[in-house]
Amino acid sequence: MVVNCKQVWQEVSNYLEGEITPDLRAAMEAHFRDCKRCTAVLDGARNVIQLYGDGRSLELPAGFTAGWQGRLAEHLRGSSPRGTVFGWLLAAAAVALISGSFALARLDVKSVSGLRSYHAEPGTGVPNEMMVTVSADGKTFHVPGCRFLHKHENENVRLIAASEAIREGYVPCVRCLRQYLSR
Amino acid sequence: MAVEKPVDTGGARERTLIARIGKGESSLFAELVKPYERRVYVTALALLRNEADAQDVAQEAILKAFTHLAQFRGESRFSTWLIQITVNEARMRQRKQHADLFEPLGEAPGEEDGAYLPRDFADWREIPSEALERSEFRAILSKALASLGQKYREVFLLRDVEHMSIEEASQALSISVASVKTRLLRARLMLRDALAPAFTDGWFSRTPFGKGSKPW
Repeated sequence: MVVNCKQVWQEVSNYLEGEITPDLRAAMEAHFRDCKRCTAVLDGARNVIQLYGDGRSLELPAGFTAGWQGRLAEHLRGSSPRGTVFGWLLAAAAVALISGSFALARLDVKSVSGLRSYHAEPGTGVPNEMMVTVSADGKTFHVPGCRFLHKHENENVRLIAASEAIREGYVPCVRCLRQYLSR
Repeated sequence: MAVEKPVDTGGARERTLIARIGKGESSLFAELVKPYERRVYVTALALLRNEADAQDVAQEAILKAFTHLAQFRGESRFSTWLIQITVNEARMRQRKQHADLFEPLGEAPGEEDGAYLPRDFADWREIPSEALERSEFRAILSKALASLGQKYREVFLLRDVEHMSIEEASQALSISVASVKTRLLRARLMLRDALAPAFTDGWFSRTPFGKGSKPW
């Protein structure tokens, strides 16, 4: 196997990852012995990885840890009807209200498959814990920020786990999550 | 010559911690998150390119991980899940700020699979590793990284700065493994092109040091 410079540049990164076949590796090593330019590219790419991977290149700002720990403490204090009967009642009422509104939102879906749209294709291999966004009337779930999420004006989209979205009958967006769709 | 990959350690310890936090021992959350807080911050910084926003989003993401911990079912590593939340929070913040309008001009859409051709063939085999002690040099590195388009920046950051595996990075960013590899190649070559002058005849030789003395 013989490779030219252009092929070497396309594989330099995989070469450094150790993710190429032994044949290709041998061919590239033979090429590096004769080609100064490609060796310079390889060394440069390796230097980039070493410099940035060093850990000193980007520092955590002072006060960062104290910052989130403070917010967390505040959050724990804030949710402090915790333990009181009133608090639990409030939480239960909220859950009932939220799940009730979902039930209402889904009433008009006449799908036998449990999907929100009859024509939709369910995805495969979606990581359960991936956080996705959904809107109340939408049929698809999206990577946060996807501009193909349809929502009403002023509607707050929900950020939920993919498993939750699937359970509610949403399917992956064909634009931002097409890798989980078979076609 | 493979790039070193981190070994999985502490998975069982993390699962125990998560279970205990779930049962109400909230104070253990700090212990769970501590090893990854830098990764969370750096991820937010790479996406937002603004320290104040990055701090805010990173802290928000950590808080969100706490409030949603019950949704974590242990199918990926805790760190991957945490970074996924950070990436999502940062993307939402960008969207709110319409930051995508101010992204550096990358290549034309659809060109991702096309060949990236290195521009600079100067040899900079010598790495001045001590140079990292100098803040100007760290600034050069951050500036070069910030000049990449977001899709390259985020992949490079997770893989090469934060040493996540290619699979983990693909999960955290919700993109395919193949895209991670293509973008990684580009990011590495673009950074190489951006930094090469610093190591050959450029920035360092212009420092006001006497002949023969190394500035670092």
